[in-house]
Amino acid sequence: MRKEVPLLITILTAFIVILAFFLTPLAQTQQILLRWYAIIGGFAMFVGVWNLLKKHVFQVSRGKNTFYSLVLVLGFFMTFAFGIYSIVKYKDAFYINSPFMFNFNYVLAPLQSTMFSLLAFFMASAAFRAFRIRRLEAALLLFAASIVMLGRVPAGYALWHKLPLIAEWIMKIPSMAVQRGIGIGITLGAVGMSLRIILGIERPYLR
Amino acid sequence: MKLLINLLISAPEVFQKGKLPLLVVLVFLGIIFVYFIEKAKKGGELFIRKIPGLEALDDAIGRSAEMGKPVVYLPGLVGLNSITTIASLGILRKVARKAAEYGVELIMPNADPLVMTTAQEVVKEAYLDAGRPDLYNPNNIMYLTSDQFGFTAGADGIIMREKPGAVFLQGYFYAESLILAETAFSAGAIQIAGTTATTQLPFFIAACDYTLIGEEMLAASAYLSREPILLGSLKAEDLAKAVIMVFLIMAILLKTFGIIDLSFLLEIK
Repeated sequence: MRKEVPLLITILTAFIVILAFFLTPLAQTQQILLRWYAIIGGFAMFVGVWNLLKKHVFQVSRGKNTFYSLVLVLGFFMTFAFGIYSIVKYKDAFYINSPFMFNFNYVLAPLQSTMFSLLAFFMASAAFRAFRIRRLEAALLLFAASIVMLGRVPAGYALWHKLPLIAEWIMKIPSMAVQRGIGIGITLGAVGMSLRIILGIERPYLR
Repeated sequence: MKLLINLLISAPEVFQKGKLPLLVVLVFLGIIFVYFIEKAKKGGELFIRKIPGLEALDDAIGRSAEMGKPVVYLPGLVGLNSITTIASLGILRKVARKAAEYGVELIMPNADPLVMTTAQEVVKEAYLDAGRPDLYNPNNIMYLTSDQFGFTAGADGIIMREKPGAVFLQGYFYAESLILAETAFSAGAIQIAGTTATTQLPFFIAACDYTLIGEEMLAASAYLSREPILLGSLKAEDLAKAVIMVFLIMAILLKTFGIIDLSFLLEIK
């Protein structure tokens, strides 16, 4: 039963969702299923948060990576307290002058931006490694990337007025052709995998 | 008057006729799949090309075992409603089994609590299959946050502190893909990536040792299991691809010579 019941739920749900794509009367059933998924996801969030806190409180008590775990636990309870305080005082945690929003705008958002800005440095280091490899493919990549990069900046136009046009052509024709090829492969792969799951011959979530 | 009102009442069509071509394609694909699966069941010979990223999986975990370092597995940011995440769980099962066989610690930070609970079950069963349930530690499959860069910062921190021997980036990633891959590189880990996000593939190809490109990731579970029935479905995908290629060439020729324009098929949603 441990195998059969989840398998039956999977097969039934999959068939309803597929049929709902073609048959209008089933659209409502599909919406109900999606709502159930959202409800289960909501409950799972409690499990996730509980898992996170349990792990880090345990680490603090054991003295392993204490600093990071302490920051996480304190950060969690501080944000939670700000949220409750904002609801009590402003009737809305998302009120612009509330401590919760202050925490979001001046702590969380800058931290997110900092992480995102790291991307520029990592792009440079990854590009350096990719272009350094002495192969024909790497040389082609370097050549195409240089044209595209130069074609996207005013300096490229100043160098040769046709560079932006060539850059556009690289993006629209060879690059797009490859992307579409990969896209068709992914779509067929997804159909294949979905069929394997629906037919119950592939069960990554079951033993 | 009553008759007129009755005539004016509209009702949605039961079958959406505009989607008929899609249904035809789906039925056609279904028939091909069933044919190849049946063929595989009868023991027909099926050739599947080698996928380097999956062949390197054992070596990457073996390397971690030799170095006495853990393995980090990142399933991406998307939840269980994505086929990519489900494919990732299939790869996770194989990675976890190998990790259990070699006695390597497996660490898996998650951005989705549902993926975390499913992954805990998958890893637990893989350890049981390998005969090493004693090595399974549920605390190693943890939830971090659903926030994109919060998760990235957390996962990067784990990679830098634990210095894993191998990092698996298998799932649907967004802008964080390169940050994670480069951090894994700087920690000295072998990176085996796989995603269906076409915008992130170039970053993985540039930064990682091995990359499963799109459909390779979706085929991974079947490829790794080596079960004839699953391999049969991969052959069906190849045939479907060939049919689509022929159809595209024919459509281009028909349009070029002004015989018929099939671009109306692009309007179907």
